[in-house]
Amino acid sequence: MSHMKSKTLLFILSLLSGILIILSFVVDFSVNPLNIVAGYVLTPLQSGINQVGGWLSDRMDYFESNLDLAAKNEELQAQVDQLTVENTQLLQDHEELNTLRDLYELDHKYESYEKVGARVIARENSGNWFSVFTIDKGSEDGLAADMNVLAGAGLAGIITEVGPNWAKVRSIIDDYSNVSAEITETNDTCIIAGSLDLIDDGKINLVKLNDPNSQAKAGDTVVTSHISDKFLPGILIGYISEIETDSNNLTRSGYISPMVDFKDIKEVLVIKNLKQTS
Amino acid sequence: MRTKLILLGTMLLCLVLQCSLLPAFAIASVTPNLMIIFTASFGLMRGRRAGLLLGFLCGLATDLMLGSQGGLFIGLRAFVYMYIGYFSGFCCHIFYDDDIKMPVLLTAAGDLSYGFLFYISQFLLRGRVDLFFYLRRIILPEVVYTVLLTVICYRLFLLLNQKLDIMDKRSVGSFV
Repeated sequence: MSHMKSKTLLFILSLLSGILIILSFVVDFSVNPLNIVAGYVLTPLQSGINQVGGWLSDRMDYFESNLDLAAKNEELQAQVDQLTVENTQLLQDHEELNTLRDLYELDHKYESYEKVGARVIARENSGNWFSVFTIDKGSEDGLAADMNVLAGAGLAGIITEVGPNWAKVRSIIDDYSNVSAEITETNDTCIIAGSLDLIDDGKINLVKLNDPNSQAKAGDTVVTSHISDKFLPGILIGYISEIETDSNNLTRSGYISPMVDFKDIKEVLVIKNLKQTS
Repeated sequence: MRTKLILLGTMLLCLVLQCSLLPAFAIASVTPNLMIIFTASFGLMRGRRAGLLLGFLCGLATDLMLGSQGGLFIGLRAFVYMYIGYFSGFCCHIFYDDDIKMPVLLTAAGDLSYGFLFYISQFLLRGRVDLFFYLRRIILPEVVYTVLLTVICYRLFLLLNQKLDIMDKRSVGSFV
C-alpha cells in the first residue's frame, strides 16, 4: 500500500466508508466478529480504567463538606423511619393482595422478575449526543437484547446490543428512546419520548396521553404499560411534573421527572425476563 | 513496523480513555473528543497519508466500539476523522510542529465540522431543527473543551512523535 498516492488512498477509503454506511443500514452489525474481539480486548481494560475514574470521583466526593453530610444524614434517617412505617403498612397490604389474588385465581406473574446486577463501565464516547452506556455483563451471564434495565427503583433503559461480556444500554432519556407507559392513577396510556434538549432540565417528554376527561395531573405516577412489546409492565418510570392539553384537543402532553439520576449511574439491575417470552 | 505498532497502541489507549475515563471528567456533561486530537495531531506531525490512515482507523474503531446505537451507522466517524487527518496533513512541513497554535486551530476546526455533520446526519434528518440549541449545548462546548485538552495532549503526542522519529532514523542508519 505504501506506493499508493495519498489522494488515491483517500478516494478508496472514502468509498469504503460510504459502502460501510450503506451496509450498516441493511445488515445488522451488532454481532460481527470484530465487535466480539473488541469486546474481549477492550472490556477488561475499560473496567480497569473505569475503576480508576470511579476512585478519582469518589475522592472528589470525599471532600464534600461534613456539615452537609451530617444534615443529609439526619434528613435521611427521618426518611428511613417514615419509610419503615410505610413499608410495614405496604407489607400488610401486599399480603392482603396476595390472598385476594389467590381468591380470584390470578397468577402472581409480575411480582418476581429475575434480576442480575451489573456495573456501568463506559459512557457513549462523544457522550454528548447520546445517552447510551455499556455494562460489564453480556450473553455469557445470560443477558440478551431487549432486556429491561433498572437503576435504583426506576426504569433506566433497555439493552440494545450484547457481546460475550458486555452489553449496551440505551437509557430512556436518549433522543431515540420511546417507551410505552401508563398513568397508574387513571390507567391511561401514553408515550415517554426521550429528548436531548430536555436532559439538562432532568425531564422527559410525555406525549400522546389519551385522557379525554383530563384526569391526569402533576404528581401522578408513570409506569411502563402492558401494551409495550419490549418493556415489562408496571416498572416505575417517574412522576408527571407538567401536563397540558394538546392543540388537537384529543391528546395531552407534558413532562415527567424520571426516578433515575442519569448523570451518575454506577450500578444497574437487569431484568432477565423478556416481555416476549414471559 | 515498530512505529506503526506503537501508533496503533497509542490509538487503542486513546480509544479506551475516551470511552471510560474521559466521561468521568465531563464538564456540564460534555466530553472532549480525544480521538480528533489524536488524528489532527498526528496528521500535522506525520503528513497527509499517515493522517488519513490514522483518522480512518480511529473513526472505524470508535464506530465499532460504540456500535449501532440509536440510528448510528458504522463508517460515519471513519469518514469524518479521515478527512480531518487528511487536511491536517496539508499543514505538515508548512508549519512548525512544536508550535501549539496550529494543532489547536486544526482540532477546533475538525471538531466543529464533526459536530455539524453529526447533527445533520443524526438529528436534523429526524426533524430536530433547533440548530442553535445543539450548537450552544453540545457542539461549541465540545470544541472548547477539546481545545483545552489539545494544549495538554499535543505536548505528549509531540514527545512521542520525536521519540518515534529518532527510532526510525536509528533503524535506517543501522542498515547503512
